[in-house]
Amino acid sequence: MATLQLNNITKRFGDTSVLKGIDLDVNDQEFVVFVGPSGCGKSTLMRIIAGLESATDGDIVIDAQRMNEVGPADRGLAMVFQSYALYPHMTVEGNMGFSMRLAGVPKEERRAKVLEAAKVLQLEPLLDRKPKALSGGQRQRVAIGRAIVRNPSIFLFDEPLSNLDAALRVQMRIELARLHDKLNATMIYVTHDQIEAMTMADKIVVLHDGVVEQVGSPMALYHHPANRFVAGFIGSPKMNFFNVDLLSVSPEGVYIRLPGGGECTVPADGHTLEQDATLELGVRPEHLVLDEAGALSGQIEVLERLGGQTSLYVRMGELLVTLMADGDVGYRVHETVRFSFAPERAHLFDSDGRALASLTQHPLAGLTRQDNRTPGAAEAPV
Amino acid sequence: MTKTRASGRTVGGLRTLSLQAPAVTLLLLWMIIPLGMTIWFSFQYYNLLMPGMSGFAGVENYEYLLTDPALWKAMGNTLLLVGWVLAITVVGGTLLAVLFQQDFAGRGIARVLAISPFFVMPTVSALVWKNMMMHPSNGVLAWLANSLGLPAVDWFSALPLTSIVIIVAWQWLPFALLILLTAMQSLDEDQVEAARMDGAGPIAIFFFITLPHLKRAISVVIMIEMIFLLTIFAEIFVTTSGGPGLATTNLAYLIYMRALLDFDVGVASAGGVIAIILANIVAIFLVRMVAKNLED
Repeated sequence: MATLQLNNITKRFGDTSVLKGIDLDVNDQEFVVFVGPSGCGKSTLMRIIAGLESATDGDIVIDAQRMNEVGPADRGLAMVFQSYALYPHMTVEGNMGFSMRLAGVPKEERRAKVLEAAKVLQLEPLLDRKPKALSGGQRQRVAIGRAIVRNPSIFLFDEPLSNLDAALRVQMRIELARLHDKLNATMIYVTHDQIEAMTMADKIVVLHDGVVEQVGSPMALYHHPANRFVAGFIGSPKMNFFNVDLLSVSPEGVYIRLPGGGECTVPADGHTLEQDATLELGVRPEHLVLDEAGALSGQIEVLERLGGQTSLYVRMGELLVTLMADGDVGYRVHETVRFSFAPERAHLFDSDGRALASLTQHPLAGLTRQDNRTPGAAEAPV
Repeated sequence: MTKTRASGRTVGGLRTLSLQAPAVTLLLLWMIIPLGMTIWFSFQYYNLLMPGMSGFAGVENYEYLLTDPALWKAMGNTLLLVGWVLAITVVGGTLLAVLFQQDFAGRGIARVLAISPFFVMPTVSALVWKNMMMHPSNGVLAWLANSLGLPAVDWFSALPLTSIVIIVAWQWLPFALLILLTAMQSLDEDQVEAARMDGAGPIAIFFFITLPHLKRAISVVIMIEMIFLLTIFAEIFVTTSGGPGLATTNLAYLIYMRALLDFDVGVASAGGVIAIILANIVAIFLVRMVAKNLED
């Protein structure tokens, strides 16, 4: 069992407030990803959990024990650093066994544990090498092995894949997910890469300017973002935003006028809206469809053909709208295209950037990564 | 295409040998003439007080020197001086480097002050130590001892070699500090934090992380200091003049005594050759050690 609660964590460096009251629950065996743009405080939050930095205010509770005053080594955590932070003068075995050496564990026992971890990570042939004789991916695995050997209740990963090349990153992502299954450990993972967050997380915590913007499963964040920031941050390419006029509110949804004159009803809860509220409509590029009878139109400015897919960048006055279409569309640059979207795929945001609650729940929004793996659990209609 | 012969390197189509030649020749002469003269004189009868006596002496100068107990005393003193100063500066420099790496108010000024003794020329610092620090009646150390009710120590007659070691170590400690402090700054902070997560306290971090990181810098400090410490002269000349007796005579001072106090150029040259051989033996071991360290 390893759970973590953060109660109202704040952190100030002098006058700058880096974390402004973070509340979070991490359940046992959960894979939680902290994601956000650089400078959002996600690394600081992880360092506070690790005990490398102290919180200005608030409680860190691990397994129902307040840990604020406990040193980093005694919290039962292990951390994998972005730079790997391997000890350059020690062999792989020395690196992995260092914590046990400090704890005075006898040599044979140490070796046995290191071998066990090395087996999991396929590091056995490398045990006598020094870090400088290893490739980036191997160093990464040694850093993970050093964490595994400590048998921690919670693993902390600080942007562990950002120093690897793209192909290796995909591979390590899969290995990490597999490792999580095998070890059944609680893991906390910091990244600025939303693909890593979407693919690995049971629960994503989106941070922005020291505040938690939203917590939820990857699919919940994708289909039901709580606000404009999360909507723009999760999903790639970025969501398109249009300024729209509010016409009326009914139990079926919010009736709006689109730029260019079209009108439609978005199934969202608008009963709190003022008469003349300014609204923003958000539609993801993959939910905009080319449609001869579509309400929206513009001129293609850039066309990127990826083979299977085509990205169209369409000029609509001030706006440059991104649109993902099939790889076989025959359009050319400077042609005018018409497109539309399914209203239930659209999101509405009020003037404060808060999303209006959707009247329809997306069938996959409750899905976690756990369900992807266990046959039978995913009975939600697709 | 320009033809290149084994001896004719070309850069941009120009033969460079003729351009390098003057500089290389000058440097070669610069080294080879004094060395050749020293070796030549060491096999000659050449005493300035006995102008009539000259000619080939064979190995007599060496025989005289090697059977002279002063040589062995001087060699012992040289090694003691080098060894102790190295020990003090490396250990002290490492500890000071760790200290000055910590964040405290006025750190920048403290660092400059700690390094400043290195900028004082050896004769001046030796005079300062002789007349203001270690003087038995008006030195600071005597005053300190007196105010504690202890008898003042006459440093240069009671503990001559120790006094020289203290003075030289005081001069060279800042050098070690400077090099090691620079090395400390390249220590990866993540490594220290990883060690903290692994359960290392400050002492374990020092021995398992900081010290291995400084290994290379320490070997550089040892090499450079050894080159200069083998030839310490001014401090001895100014304070004890090699005495009392031969208590503070090192090899450099012995050669000076033979050449310019006894005016026996032949014996002094033989001493010089021995010093060259000694320095080379030390250098071979050192270069090996440093090269091995730099490889890792």
